[in-house]
Amino acid sequence: MKMKLRAAAVVSASALLLAGCSGTGDGGDSGGGTGGLVGTGTGASCVIESPVKIGAALSLTGGAGSYGASQQQGLELALEELNAADGIEYKLSIEDDASEPRQGISVMETFAGDGTSIVLGPTLSNTAVAAMPIANEASMPVMGISTTAGGITDIGEFVFRDSLTEAQVIPQTIDAVIDEYDLKKVVVMYSNDDAFTESGYEVMAETLEGTNVEVLDTLTFSKADTDFRSLLTAAKDKNPDAIVVSALIEAAIPLVTQARELGIEQPIVGGNGFNNPKLMADAGDAAEGVVVGAAWNSASDNAENQAFLTAYEAKFGAQPDQFAAQAYAALYLIDSAVRSDCSAERADLRESIGSLKDVATPLGAVSINADRDAEHPAVVQIVKDGKFAVLR
Amino acid sequence: MQQLLNGLFIGSIYALFAIGFTLVFGILDRLNLAHPAVFAASAFVGIGLAEAFELSIWVILVLVFLFGAVLGLVIERVAFRPLKNRPDAHFAGLIASIAMAGMIVAVLQAFFGPQTRRFPEGTAPEGKVEILGASATYVQLAIVVICIGLVIALNVLVQRSSLGRSMRAVAENPTAARVLGINVDRVTAMTFSISSALGAVAGVLFALNVNSAQLGMGTAIELKGLAVIIVGGMGSLPGALVGGLILGIAEVFAIQYIGSSWRDFIAFALLFVILLLMPQGIFGKRKVREV
Repeated sequence: MKMKLRAAAVVSASALLLAGCSGTGDGGDSGGGTGGLVGTGTGASCVIESPVKIGAALSLTGGAGSYGASQQQGLELALEELNAADGIEYKLSIEDDASEPRQGISVMETFAGDGTSIVLGPTLSNTAVAAMPIANEASMPVMGISTTAGGITDIGEFVFRDSLTEAQVIPQTIDAVIDEYDLKKVVVMYSNDDAFTESGYEVMAETLEGTNVEVLDTLTFSKADTDFRSLLTAAKDKNPDAIVVSALIEAAIPLVTQARELGIEQPIVGGNGFNNPKLMADAGDAAEGVVVGAAWNSASDNAENQAFLTAYEAKFGAQPDQFAAQAYAALYLIDSAVRSDCSAERADLRESIGSLKDVATPLGAVSINADRDAEHPAVVQIVKDGKFAVLR
Repeated sequence: MQQLLNGLFIGSIYALFAIGFTLVFGILDRLNLAHPAVFAASAFVGIGLAEAFELSIWVILVLVFLFGAVLGLVIERVAFRPLKNRPDAHFAGLIASIAMAGMIVAVLQAFFGPQTRRFPEGTAPEGKVEILGASATYVQLAIVVICIGLVIALNVLVQRSSLGRSMRAVAENPTAARVLGINVDRVTAMTFSISSALGAVAGVLFALNVNSAQLGMGTAIELKGLAVIIVGGMGSLPGALVGGLILGIAEVFAIQYIGSSWRDFIAFALLFVILLLMPQGIFGKRKVREV
């Protein structure tokens, strides 16, 4: 035991020494860790000697496991494509945050301590709110790739995201629906024990307040609920023109099924959580007429998106969802930031990501704004014949 | 009227879940926290069977019943029996069953992935009936019928059969039962088996009813099931039924008349009041412990 301790002490002391050395060098050949991530050339000609370490904290298990799995595939595809280009080798390490804030914190601490240049994720806003401050304190850039709750990028200077916020998507969606269906009165439903759905609700309420549409009632449920019949019966009694819902996909499927079963034929307008092909796969005919605003639609015909669809289908034999698309786009954003001043040092990356403008991705042309949030146009979609079609 | 029916159906699900829970609790005085995992596992296995073989729902219910029975035996053998002679056997079993639950869910995830699943369309007869202006699906009606049927059948089993007599003897005093020549281990295993089989049926019906099965579906209902058996009276089968219905209907009326945000508050406050008025639960008998 004593021997082991002494050996560990020697090892860590020498590690410290090494780190000290490389810190003072100009970063040619220190092999990862601190320094060595500044290369020569710019853009496509940028060459960085050491591999660039990128971390990802994804919910591969737990409540958001289905989102994490999509994100993992999106990242793997982008990684493969980017590493095929010359000059920079990315090393991606994906860790499971188990959909839990506590696990997310410990994953983030690991990345902060091992010389990772930037971390993608965590998957859920709940977890992100807890884990991102760790990255920010360590001056390590972190980019949300699915977090859409408000306030995420307020955590600090090093926090970015490429996922359009609910605050950006929902107003566009609601305006389109009001216009399309000539809405006069609606019932709003949301799960009030989740940061994501709660902030989605707040935007909905705020947007509706600015219109002539009357909110007849606001009903709440828990994200673990699967039986919505009593809520839906209460909603139906009010006879609304549409039901506006902020919920995750796990709740969306039973909610939509049960609504149609109870004879609610009005349009159901969903937040970002509804934006998942599983909605049509599992709710079947009941999903028809559901309107969902989204940051991404598979029908978008920009060249990057078409290439992404083809490559994804070829690699995984399945259609990508928005989570895969945003994860994929994030790695491309990072690549274009790294190449723009040919450095993957944490501090340099923060600067270069912050000044990204009109990067072509499957999401469209993405820019990072002064609040470190991504900006690109949203798509309003409606379920038609079992598919998301573009409403407008 | 629709809301009353909604409450009745939710309540039946709570009851169905709680019956299995309360059986082990009432007879063996053990709290089996792997029960929620059985609930989820059976739903996923049922969905797997339905997808692979396109079986009718009745065949699936029978197969899942058997699956649950076997799983119950495994839980008893792995989580409870090795610990039964320890002085803290009740508590150790409780912890071991939590571990079992975690393992079962992990295995489920390995097999089925983390995604929400559902029974393929057309597994259960679809359609609905109108009752006094309210609508109910066939699945919902089946749930109520199966629920009441199982309570009656179990009551008969416990009160009339020889296995039931042994169960009651074990419930009264395991040591004395052993002295009287009852194979306590066998009775214990049977009780676990029946309990899990019921939990399994509940899981399938629940997944059918809400058109969704999730790995965490057992955990979501676990506390409510626990509350139901305590209010109904520990170990009382009719108590579990009545407790489940009260909770279901209380939730629905809280939503309808007070506000959906207050649902859990109202429902649990009501259960609390019942416990204050009837500390041993609605159907519970006061237990006399002799020293």
